[in-house]
Parts: sequence; C-alpha cells; structure tokens
Amino acid sequence: MNFPLPEFIAVSAANPWTYVLFGVIGFAFGFTLEMSGFGDSRKLAAQFYFTELTVLKVMFTAIVTAMVLLFGAVSLGILNFSQVWVNPTYLWSGILGGLIMGVGFIVGGFCPTTSLASASTGKIDGMLFMLGGFVGAFLFGETEPFFTNWYNNAGYYGRVTLDQVFNLPVGLVVLLVVLMALFMFWGAEQLERIVGKRDLSKEPKLRIAGAGVLFALALGVVLIGTPSLEEKYSKLTFTRTETIPQLNADPIVNTYTYSGDQMLEKRLVQITPAETFKAVYNQNINLIMLDVRPESDFNLYHIKGALNVPLEKLSDITPDLLSEPPANSVFVLMSNDETAATEAWKHLVAASVPNVYILEGGLNNWIAFFGENEGFQASTAPGEDQLGYIFPAALGSRYESCDPNPIAYEELEFEARIRLELKRDKSGGGCG
Amino acid sequence: MTTASITKKSVFNRPEKPYVNPYLGGMILGIVLFLAFFLTGNGLGSSGATSRIDALIVDSVSPSHVDNNPYLLKMAGGDKNPLDDWIVPVFFGALLGGFASGLFNGRLKLMTTKGPNISNRTRWLIAFLGGVLFLYGARMARGCTSGQALSGGATLSAGSWVVMFAIFGGAYGLAYFVRKLWN
Repeated sequence: MNFPLPEFIAVSAANPWTYVLFGVIGFAFGFTLEMSGFGDSRKLAAQFYFTELTVLKVMFTAIVTAMVLLFGAVSLGILNFSQVWVNPTYLWSGILGGLIMGVGFIVGGFCPTTSLASASTGKIDGMLFMLGGFVGAFLFGETEPFFTNWYNNAGYYGRVTLDQVFNLPVGLVVLLVVLMALFMFWGAEQLERIVGKRDLSKEPKLRIAGAGVLFALALGVVLIGTPSLEEKYSKLTFTRTETIPQLNADPIVNTYTYSGDQMLEKRLVQITPAETFKAVYNQNINLIMLDVRPESDFNLYHIKGALNVPLEKLSDITPDLLSEPPANSVFVLMSNDETAATEAWKHLVAASVPNVYILEGGLNNWIAFFGENEGFQASTAPGEDQLGYIFPAALGSRYESCDPNPIAYEELEFEARIRLELKRDKSGGGCG
Repeated sequence: MTTASITKKSVFNRPEKPYVNPYLGGMILGIVLFLAFFLTGNGLGSSGATSRIDALIVDSVSPSHVDNNPYLLKMAGGDKNPLDDWIVPVFFGALLGGFASGLFNGRLKLMTTKGPNISNRTRWLIAFLGGVLFLYGARMARGCTSGQALSGGATLSAGSWVVMFAIFGGAYGLAYFVRKLWN
C-alpha cells in the first residue's frame, strides 16, 4: 500500500467519499481547536503578552508531532513524499503577508480557523472576524492585479525544504526542530511562571514523558534514514488505460498496472524520433530533452534544444525537475542507444518525476531517421551505447537533422506513447 | 404558594468543561494533520476556502468581473466551480467541528470575548478589522496559520517557516502598541 492514496489527493464528484474525508478532517481540526480554548480571543492574544503561551504550545506540538510522524512514514517507505504537498517558497510575498497576518492576529485576536471555532460557538467577535475575513480576501483579489508580477515572481524558489536549505539530512533537521520546540516549551513555561504567575507544579508530569517520546521518535527518523532509490523504484506502479471502441455499445476501458521494469520491457516509455520531433511543436506539452551522454558526445552532435546532463550529474538536478516545471512538462531522456537513458529513466521515475520517456534507439536512431540525406559516415564497430557515426568536428547542433524542418516532416506516422500524468502544480494543492 | 421551578436544561447553559491541556490538544491536532497528509497528501488550510467562497459570490453577481481578474479567473473562470477544492469541505467541517466541541463542552454561548478595558462595540470593530487584515495577509502569503505554519511547518517547507516567523514577528511587534485592547 502506498500513501497518500491517489483517489484522495483531490476532491472529485466521481468519488464522493473524498468530500466526506476532507469534511471529517476539517471536523477534527475545528473540534481540536475549540477544545484547546481557541474560541476565546483572550487566550489567543495572551500569547503576545507572555501571560499564557497556549498558542505556542498547541501549534508547535502539532507541528512537531505531524513532522515526526510524516518523516517517520517517509523513512519507512510507506509515504511517498513527492506526492505530499509542500508549500512552494515565495519569499517576499510570504514575509509581507506574514507581517500583515501578525497585525491582524494581535488586532483581531484570531486566525482564520480559530475564528471558525469561535463563530460556531456563538462568539460575536469570532463571527465578525470571520466576516471581515471575507472582505479581506476579496480586497486581496481586487488589488492583486496591481502587484501581480511581484506576487508571482519575487523570491520564488519553488518547492524547497529546510534540509535542502541547510544541506543537512532530513532526519537531522527533524531532530533539531524537535529540540528547538522542546526548548521553546521550556521557555514558554518559564514565561508563564514569571509573567503569568502560573504554578508550574500543577502541570501534568506526563508532558515530560511526551517530550521523551517525541525525542526518541525523532532519533528514530535520523537512524532509519530515507528509502534508497532502488527501494523506491521497486515500489513504483504505472497505469495505462486502453479504450476499445465498440459498435453500438459503450467503449471498453481496460486499466493495466505495471512496474517500472514491465514498462520498459513492454516498450511503453520509449518514444520514436518521430514522436519526439512532433512533441517539440506540440503546444500542449512543455517538452524538455535531457541528453545524458558525456559532454564530448554532446558536442559532436545533439538535437537542437536538448540539455546536456551527463548521467553522473543527474541527481544534482533532480530536485529542480520536481519543483520547477509546469504540470504539462514531458521529459525525454536520450543517449546514443538506450543504455544510459534507461538508467536515467529509472533514476528519475524513482524520484517521482512524472512524464519521463526515453528516445527509442537514442541519437543513433535519430540520426538514421532524420539524417539520411546528410551523408554521415557510420563508424565500423561502435560499442554499446556509443555514437554510431563519425563526426570530424564538434559542430553540436548545427547539422540540419539536429533541427528538422517541420514543414518537410509534416506527415509522420508513429504510435503515440506519451501519456500526460498530472502532477501537483503550484496552484493545485495547499491554500494557494 | 409553591412555585415549581423548572430547571431549563438549555444547550446554552450547560456546565462548562475545562479546556484540554495544550500539549494534548497539540498532539491530537498533530495526529489529525499527519493523517491528512498521509491519506490525501494535503495538509490543513482555511484561507483558501474564504477566497473561493468570495469567488463564488463575485461570479454570481458579475461573471465578467471574474473573467477580467486572473486571480479570480483561476478559481471561478468559465464553468469552474470555485467550491470544488479539498479546502472547502475542510472549512465547513471545521465550522461544524468547532460547534460540536462547543456543544459537547458546554461552551455554546452568545457572547463577546474581549480585553477588560474596552467596550463590546470596540471589540466588534477591531475583530472585524483584524479579520480584514489577517485574510488579506493570508492570501498574500498563500496560506494562514493552518495552511502555512502548521502544514508547511510540518513538511519543513522553507517558505512556510519564514511565513510563520513573520506572523509571530508582526504580532509581537505590534503587541505593545495595542495592549489596551487586551489588558
């Protein structure tokens, strides 16, 4: 079983249980906030005068509990982290927006969900905060066109997590965050004692045990580490559907599930030079060609528009492939034959990059197909995944076949194998 | 003359149960948050639903206005139903959940929570103003305390941690100047 469950990633009328599940999650959310006291603005505001730090305790306990469980599940290989929504980083709008929220917080005494808990239990101030919220969100929509460029581009770093920022293993970051939270809880209790005149001996001793458990779990995450690419690859499944039209009846739709190796064996992810060429001009696809050969081969001959990412360097750019491109990106990997490209394919699909394909037959096949009239000299006995042609000079993509004429090749027959898999794009998940 | 006193056991007059210990509440919230990620890949959220409900209202009053505003267009353009997003059931679920907790814990009461030195009227005004500001900021930051701080915090999103510190920074920064509202 692989989580998250694909059927529940978004709501859909086809699966009404999705609405129920999200509703139940919301119910638990609102219930927990109200029972913690967040229907009362005084409790929320007290945080900022150091008399009662319930906000900090609830928030940070929630964050570190969820974090440890989440990364624990990832380490154990049961949760696919690339299918988990991670808020993309927009530095400047995030900072300004956060500061404005802070002002709203201390003036209004609520945040959005606590205002829901408050309004639903009869607090008039909660209801007014909620109402004001509708106005505020509306005002944002009205004013956004004035700064839309800044809003969408300034300080945009895509999907980036703290472990990447500090270049530390995820488990270690989890542990450090837990330690920071425990320190803050201790500090908060001291402030409550000093400023809020609270009697700490009345606090349940169980919280010390809880802290210990949290620390132990975080340590566990550090020690288990993250699943290897091989482990991830072996768990992968791909679905392909086949629609067979019927005379006088609904078409039959068959769905097949394959492993990574099966996809390769059945040649479902190898696309012909013809299909690749057509994809370049397909407006619905953002085609990204990654040539995984060594730089020397790339310089002798490469397809116009292809990027050279030698196989050793592939893991360096993989995070960018996950965060940067739009949802309709299709990656085509290519080597001289298929060996290196297949290796690269396994690597990328294991890292959960969607829409990855292999150029069938590689550059050798491309040259044979498009370069027929260019009189390239074939080399006598090329080795496996070696260039099958001899090029006297490193002309890169300056041969005619590197950028075939679309008009000359308007009519091309091929079996289309590209299937666009939807991935989470920046407006898809989260609050955005 | 005897007066039979009828004790009206109104839902609004139940004995109030105490609040749950914050660490326990936080732990339960954390488990809910984890389960949300585990089952659906999404965390929690709220402000997005507010925007979507707004978009629905605007779309019913003036669809051309929606078409002319790319921000609204993304949510409600053409045939799109702005309420058809996971965050909307979460929003309504949270309303219901809050109510349920209030009911269960004897905290259903028409009242105003406020600092001791201001009037109800003042409180109502600043609550409304606070709501306007908070949600404006939340849309600008692409999430509020649940969408960014809780959810993004748990997934270690760098941007979310920045937003979280900015929220607390802004609130602490202004706290001294508005202390009369709460103390």
